Amino acid sequence: MTREITGAQSLVHSLEAVGAEVVFGIPGGAILPAYDPLFDSTRVRHILVRHEQGAGHAAEGYAQATGRVGVCMATSGPGATNLVTPIADAYMDSVPMVAITGQVASAAIGTDAFQEADICGITLPITKHNFLVHSANDIPRTIAEAFHLAGTGRPGPVLVDLPKDVLQAVTAVLPHEVWPPSLDLPGYHPVVRPHGKQVREAARMISASRRPVLYVGGGVLKARAAAELRTLAELTRIPVVTTLMARGAFPDSHPQHLGMPGMHGSVAAVTALQKADLLITLGARFDDRVTGRLSSFAPNAAIIHADIDPAEIGKNRAADVPIVGDCREVINELIAALVAEEKPDLEAWWHTLDGWRRTYPLGYDQPADGSLAPQQVIERIGAIAGPESIFAAGVGQHQMWAAQFISYENPYTWLNSGGAGTMGYAVPAAMGAKVGRPGTTVWAIDGDGCFQMTNQELATCALEGIPIKVAVINNGSLGMVRQWQTLFYDQRYSNTELGTHPASPRTGVKRVPDFVRLAEALGCVGLRCESPGEIDETIEKAMAIDDAPVVVDFVVHPDAMVWPMVAAGASNDDIRVARDIAPDFDYSGDAEVNL
Amino acid sequence: MTHHTLSVLVENKPGVLARVSGLFSRRGFNIESLAVGPTEHPDVSRMTIVVAVEDLPLEQVTKQLNKLVNVLKIVEMDTSVSVQRELILVKVRADLSVRSQVLETVALFRAKVVDVAQDAVTIEATGTRDKLDALIRMLEPFGIRELVQSGMVALGRGSRSITDRSLRAVERSA
Repeated sequence: MTREITGAQSLVHSLEAVGAEVVFGIPGGAILPAYDPLFDSTRVRHILVRHEQGAGHAAEGYAQATGRVGVCMATSGPGATNLVTPIADAYMDSVPMVAITGQVASAAIGTDAFQEADICGITLPITKHNFLVHSANDIPRTIAEAFHLAGTGRPGPVLVDLPKDVLQAVTAVLPHEVWPPSLDLPGYHPVVRPHGKQVREAARMISASRRPVLYVGGGVLKARAAAELRTLAELTRIPVVTTLMARGAFPDSHPQHLGMPGMHGSVAAVTALQKADLLITLGARFDDRVTGRLSSFAPNAAIIHADIDPAEIGKNRAADVPIVGDCREVINELIAALVAEEKPDLEAWWHTLDGWRRTYPLGYDQPADGSLAPQQVIERIGAIAGPESIFAAGVGQHQMWAAQFISYENPYTWLNSGGAGTMGYAVPAAMGAKVGRPGTTVWAIDGDGCFQMTNQELATCALEGIPIKVAVINNGSLGMVRQWQTLFYDQRYSNTELGTHPASPRTGVKRVPDFVRLAEALGCVGLRCESPGEIDETIEKAMAIDDAPVVVDFVVHPDAMVWPMVAAGASNDDIRVARDIAPDFDYSGDAEVNL
Repeated sequence: MTHHTLSVLVENKPGVLARVSGLFSRRGFNIESLAVGPTEHPDVSRMTIVVAVEDLPLEQVTKQLNKLVNVLKIVEMDTSVSVQRELILVKVRADLSVRSQVLETVALFRAKVVDVAQDAVTIEATGTRDKLDALIRMLEPFGIRELVQSGMVALGRGSRSITDRSLRAVERSA
């Protein structure tokens, strides 16, 4: 006699078999059958979120903090479309994620049924792959394939759409009997091992270079290659820049680290790329926020470009030595090839780089009126929480300051929405990270704009026992947009004033919402800090609370701006260290390096 | 811009055409012609895609196509080493006064008449783009009432097959 189970049971058993330990989601009509067996599962914890976007970002935060595949679940129609933003976000930042959505019954598909949306069609351009499951027999194999696709090669989001009748149907294919099911993916073969000839050619170029830079992107973190990167850097003494997606891949305190490149990168990092004769590009993709005007980016540099995704190589900048492979394998083979090679002579290069670093360190001014400098707040959070903590940021000024002024010493301690720039990422991502690494302190560094997009997940945190800490860097406005209005729109502050400050200049209204009271309403501890003397004390108070989520309303000066800056579309040669102030590169007076 | 003909072997699954065509439009490439059909293996379909694009973006589109999980293989069909054909059906005004001239043109192009009415004939022709364009130009003076064209299909010359290895992969995983 064959035992039979429902498709829904098969789904839950498959999730157990594949090792999913947590699912973030919200039930609804079409996915309802799956929630019944999920109720009984002892191996899969379901965390009931307050909005599907929160489920998606939580799955991302979980994945980025742990390296495992994050899972989110939603019902059909609006439940599924609410996942679109985090799916797009995960696609842009190559985050391994599986989204499971309910779908209307097979017979109703295409009839504009209640809560029907073609989520496979909608997510076609923003998923690595997606599946519409036609038979309950296919569920174990499809779940195995989805996790395999999400987590291997260049990671990314995979969506599995399950019609209600498929969840309700009975099947004799029992996941624990067929696991691991054989995968039917004849067109999927990610190249992991780099080509030896290319690696040797890269090693030869590195050896002959005089002004090389290791341009390190998020792919190094995805490949879990931070230790290997450090070995390579120390072997060759080549300076390192880490992109927004790679913060933490190389210790900030390391003397060879020049900081972050790009629109708000350090002068040393941006200029090192510009003046380099060789870029050793590892898991980075020449994003426009890094290159500025592409035609004038690193004009004299030869390019070694290593990436697991062949389509990234040559997409924006032609590569002299293309290397397709997993970054860890590439770095290990580069190390092996370089041991025998002569190391490049970088004395003159380091002399120049040190001059830039000394002259143009990151910095900020204290507001003259005695209010809080947002940079100082973030710097102190980083210092007090320490380098073992995880920091998740939203998008905007606070994100850039958190990338600049927190010292990242360890991989997987910096989570943010880099490619998509999704406001509202921080709170749910911090929640997911805390679930994945419950023993680690997790801070969300958020803005007052971002925080108002997804703060309802604090209710989830309060009820599910997920004690994250949220620093709202409250400047009373959509700060980055306002900064652009200051610089490029004649200080016409069209629709950027939020009214979250004690006294809104426009409306005169005070604190709408009041973040302390909002925090309390959501079951969290609410704290406020308004003067520089209270910063450390407030952070320490937040650090001491471990049985509830904490929200700190840091009321900061509204006019603080993010510097350095390369204006959008400008050349990286036109970096400004502050408004209208360009660095003087002749300063170093270095005759040895002909720039 | 140069025309490139790509033969794309894909898994014969629902939605694959949308994945492929969507990729072209989203990456900013224009499909000039597209033909899809099953191959000698029921699990594999073959798309022939003509795209007007320079060499460097062609490389990018090929790489992006290769990333689609359902795409098994992509081969560019160089005109010099492949047979490329399109098919047209064209309905031409042809009453008794001009019908013999129309039929003469049909014979000249080794096309054939597949339907005839009092005042019109429908012509079927296959060939390269150039040949079909020439035929259409010759028929225009009579009055073209309706014209439909297939996408281009292409096959490499010689005895080699591009499907062998992909078919083995599909069979292995099946």
